[in-house]
Amino acid sequence: MEFLQPASWDEALAARASNTDAVPIAGGTDVMVELNFARRRPPALLDLSRVAELRGWTTAGGLLRLGAGLTYAELTGERAGHGLADGLKAKLPGLAMAARTVGSPQIRNRGTIGGNLGSASPAGDCHPPLLAAGAQVEVASVRGVRRIPADEFFLGVKRSALAPDELIAAVWIAPAGGPEQFAKIGTRNAMVIAVTAFALVLHPDRKAVGTGIGSAAPTPVRAGQAEQFLAAALADSGLWESRGPLPESLAAEFGVLVSAAARPIDDVRGTAAYRRHALAVLARRTLTWAWQDYQNEGEAGRCE
Amino acid sequence: MRVTATVNGAAQQADDVWPGESLLFVLRERMGLPGSKNACEQGECGSCTVYLDGVPVCACLVAAGQAEGRDIVTIEGLAGQDGGLHPVQQAFIDAGAVQCGFCTPGLIVAAHDLLARDPDPADADIREALAGNLCRCTGYAKIIDAVQLAAVRMAGPATAALDAEPAP
Repeated sequence: MEFLQPASWDEALAARASNTDAVPIAGGTDVMVELNFARRRPPALLDLSRVAELRGWTTAGGLLRLGAGLTYAELTGERAGHGLADGLKAKLPGLAMAARTVGSPQIRNRGTIGGNLGSASPAGDCHPPLLAAGAQVEVASVRGVRRIPADEFFLGVKRSALAPDELIAAVWIAPAGGPEQFAKIGTRNAMVIAVTAFALVLHPDRKAVGTGIGSAAPTPVRAGQAEQFLAAALADSGLWESRGPLPESLAAEFGVLVSAAARPIDDVRGTAAYRRHALAVLARRTLTWAWQDYQNEGEAGRCE
Repeated sequence: MRVTATVNGAAQQADDVWPGESLLFVLRERMGLPGSKNACEQGECGSCTVYLDGVPVCACLVAAGQAEGRDIVTIEGLAGQDGGLHPVQQAFIDAGAVQCGFCTPGLIVAAHDLLARDPDPADADIREALAGNLCRCTGYAKIIDAVQLAAVRMAGPATAALDAEPAP
């Protein structure tokens, strides 16, 4: 096995172009498990941990560009003084909530957002909030750079739209323009792969709703019908402006539509029926929480 | 391939390293540092927790070559120069937080990191910080006691006395 260790992004892309069968490795939290258990013997590892260009984040054109090497701990802000990712949690609360549910401190210190995307697991915790926020994945090769919308990135179980000579460079995502929520079901709070997960984003500025479902279909998916239903119902009842109480029936119907968007299976972590039920509950709860945030934000606005 | 790194303050070198092997394997089998334990090999148990450039990680999930030139501190590096135990190590002994001892090195590194960031953690903070370290002898209550004891001792004698004997 070869160990390729590029020191720059250009070197990494060149190495990728001539070693399309190499397995890229960043935090190693997925790749090393496969190697340790001899489930995989790739001819080469392409270590991206020395590529400085993948670190940190920047802003451009009103969007945030998150380097693929950002760790979960940097997204949550739990390792204060790390420097590179300071202040990100406030701009991306939904993604920070999801990152906080990943593994353990040791795992969050190593695992990266780019690695989560690259593994393209239907259970990847970053995926629902990226779908809900309408994020784009920036991928690159020696041929050039392109951006793939998050909802076109996942093609199947652990399969993505990444070409064999491409690497994940960054994630483009709008800073939160309204309440964001995330909820995940597991057997304990730490160290669990999601039985199912749900992310919700409200966009009061354009009266839109974003959703993301994890671990309940061959890929992470959006619940498009639920998004349209909720956005229209909030508009029809004038609730976007009034920030009045959210009718329970509305939250329940939203939950039913989210659940209907899933295509779950029975597996070791849970049954399809449980996942459907849980998704309806998670969708209703996250909407209730997000609406409370929206109302509190309105109250705070009036007091100023 | 050859891997060189600073381990517990000293330059260390390992030869004939297979690129697919983990930092944990290099530490235990090639550098003679068996303190970090090998249990799950999938990041679940935390028994192999070491500092990599000052950040606690599972050594089983670091590819050997990723450690090239890095600064690593293992459980063997926490004791003082004179061989005396670190207060976190001593607290684990005094609180009876060690049963079979297999999870202990990882727990001590994780607790050591917590107390460096938060010298006075609540029990809930300790539980969160140690969420990635499994003990199968059911010793968590005493482990939390040990971290609290270490926190009091590390805060200094004045605070320790106050904590032990509240003012009447």
